[in-house]
Amino acid sequence: MTETPALIIFIAAIFTNNILLTNFLGMCSFVACSRQLDAAIGLGTAVTFVLSCTTALNYVLYHYLLVPLGLEFLTFVVFIAVIAAFVHFVEMFVERFSPKLYFTLGIFLPLITVNCAILGASLFMIIRNYTFWQSVGFGVGGGVGWALAIVLIAGLRQKMNYSNIPQPFQGVAVTMIITGVMAMTFMGFAGMVSIQ
Amino acid sequence: MVYLLSILVLAGLLAGLAILLSLAESYLLDYGICTIDINSGERPIQVEGGQTLLSSLYSNQIFIPSACGGKGSCGHCKITVTSGGGPVLPTEKPYLSRQEVRSDVRLACQVKVRQDISVRIPEEFLNIKLFTATVETTRELTYDIKEIKLSLNEPSEISYLPGQYVQVEAPLPEGPVFRAYSISSATSASNIVELVVRLVPGGIASTYLHNLSVGDEVIFTGPYGQFRLNEDPSVELVCIGGGCGMAPMRNIIYSLYEKWPSRSCRLFFGCRTRRDIFYLEQFKQLQQKFPAFEVVYALSEAHGDKQWDGERGFIHLAVDKYLEPGPKRQAFLCGPPLMIKAVTTVLKEKGVDPEDIFYDEF
Repeated sequence: MTETPALIIFIAAIFTNNILLTNFLGMCSFVACSRQLDAAIGLGTAVTFVLSCTTALNYVLYHYLLVPLGLEFLTFVVFIAVIAAFVHFVEMFVERFSPKLYFTLGIFLPLITVNCAILGASLFMIIRNYTFWQSVGFGVGGGVGWALAIVLIAGLRQKMNYSNIPQPFQGVAVTMIITGVMAMTFMGFAGMVSIQ
Repeated sequence: MVYLLSILVLAGLLAGLAILLSLAESYLLDYGICTIDINSGERPIQVEGGQTLLSSLYSNQIFIPSACGGKGSCGHCKITVTSGGGPVLPTEKPYLSRQEVRSDVRLACQVKVRQDISVRIPEEFLNIKLFTATVETTRELTYDIKEIKLSLNEPSEISYLPGQYVQVEAPLPEGPVFRAYSISSATSASNIVELVVRLVPGGIASTYLHNLSVGDEVIFTGPYGQFRLNEDPSVELVCIGGGCGMAPMRNIIYSLYEKWPSRSCRLFFGCRTRRDIFYLEQFKQLQQKFPAFEVVYALSEAHGDKQWDGERGFIHLAVDKYLEPGPKRQAFLCGPPLMIKAVTTVLKEKGVDPEDIFYDEF
């Protein structure tokens, strides 16, 4: 396979291979934190930041530390440790500079640690044999794609506050349904760019 | 070999991350020294930033009432933050009315001191002091309720209003916690404080207090509480308690008869069985001494108890039976939420103004 440019991977990670809408990773905070638009924007930004940084950092650790030493079996532990440390850092950062966002996000900020989208992106990067810049493109794109999806759904959910939803579908149920519809609409981007 | 290597790599990585994080923490979470301005320049204090307003004030001997100990679940620590408090947090909203939000009322336990801050604290909060006391006696009132008498050391006297409470410090390995207990002794005895404590299974403070023995030292802050006794002697006082909700009423009743020996007062007290009864003899003696005082105990689980000659059933039924509608009354309630609700309904039916009904719920 000829090497795909990092920019293409970046765009693909947002539209055609959106980590949330095609792989359905990171659903828990996606559903739980998408009631208000500002909280969704805050969480989206935090996830983008953590995802971009950890993918790059994990790439370096994997290819320059774990592979040369033959310690690939430590991949998961190392990745999670790096992600946890980064999330803790973001938490302190948000608490310092935006206490309101800190309280709005509540428990979901530390829960980014176990957001599967973040570990997923790091693992995809290894399975798909990305180069460093491809990984960076994938990480940033994956984060932006996740943020885009949660911001879109938060906008829709705020609009739905005023619509008449049958009782059994209220809350999480209708969110899952519109997420599915949104995933299908994103399939319209298929063919624009393609990565594996 | 590979095991050693993997342990080394992991340990090194984790140590590196830990060092980076603690560096970030010392930079990011360092707010320097902040000034808290109290009541426009009355008493400016310097504190290290990053803590909550409640604990910063506490370490400067200013005690804001807080029944939950700063967890943001009681809503007692309301003070006015005029500047530097930041936006109202979602954790505070359930406890603040719209009017309070507009007039900058905040929960002191949720506001963090991140910059210079100005607050307004009511005068009565500034009078709250930290007391050290010694356990003088402990007495078992029932199988799970103890009366603990504390004699004050420093300061040696406490002045408070009937119905007010103190917060006892219960030491824990991870730091002290505070729990509110009403004072049950009469206000005239200013060098002692008596508490009535029911042992709650797994309760931190009640276990601590029940395990105290004579001579032990206890630390508490106080007095706290909003109840104001109506000073008009023609107003009848109605005290209604349930379970172990006796302490504030005992204080109110004894203080009342020290001041107005002929003032009309009723005490209704509800518990489950005869072994839950306490202080009944004392109140019967008081009733003989002051004819204007009437005491009614009701047992809710006295079926088949032939020796019990008092009321049966829940306490609000007794209140309904004994209280004739008419005279102006002030009511003080203390007990579990369901009892408060039932009794409040009965009192309203009897024509008691909702504004004259006070309660301690637990």
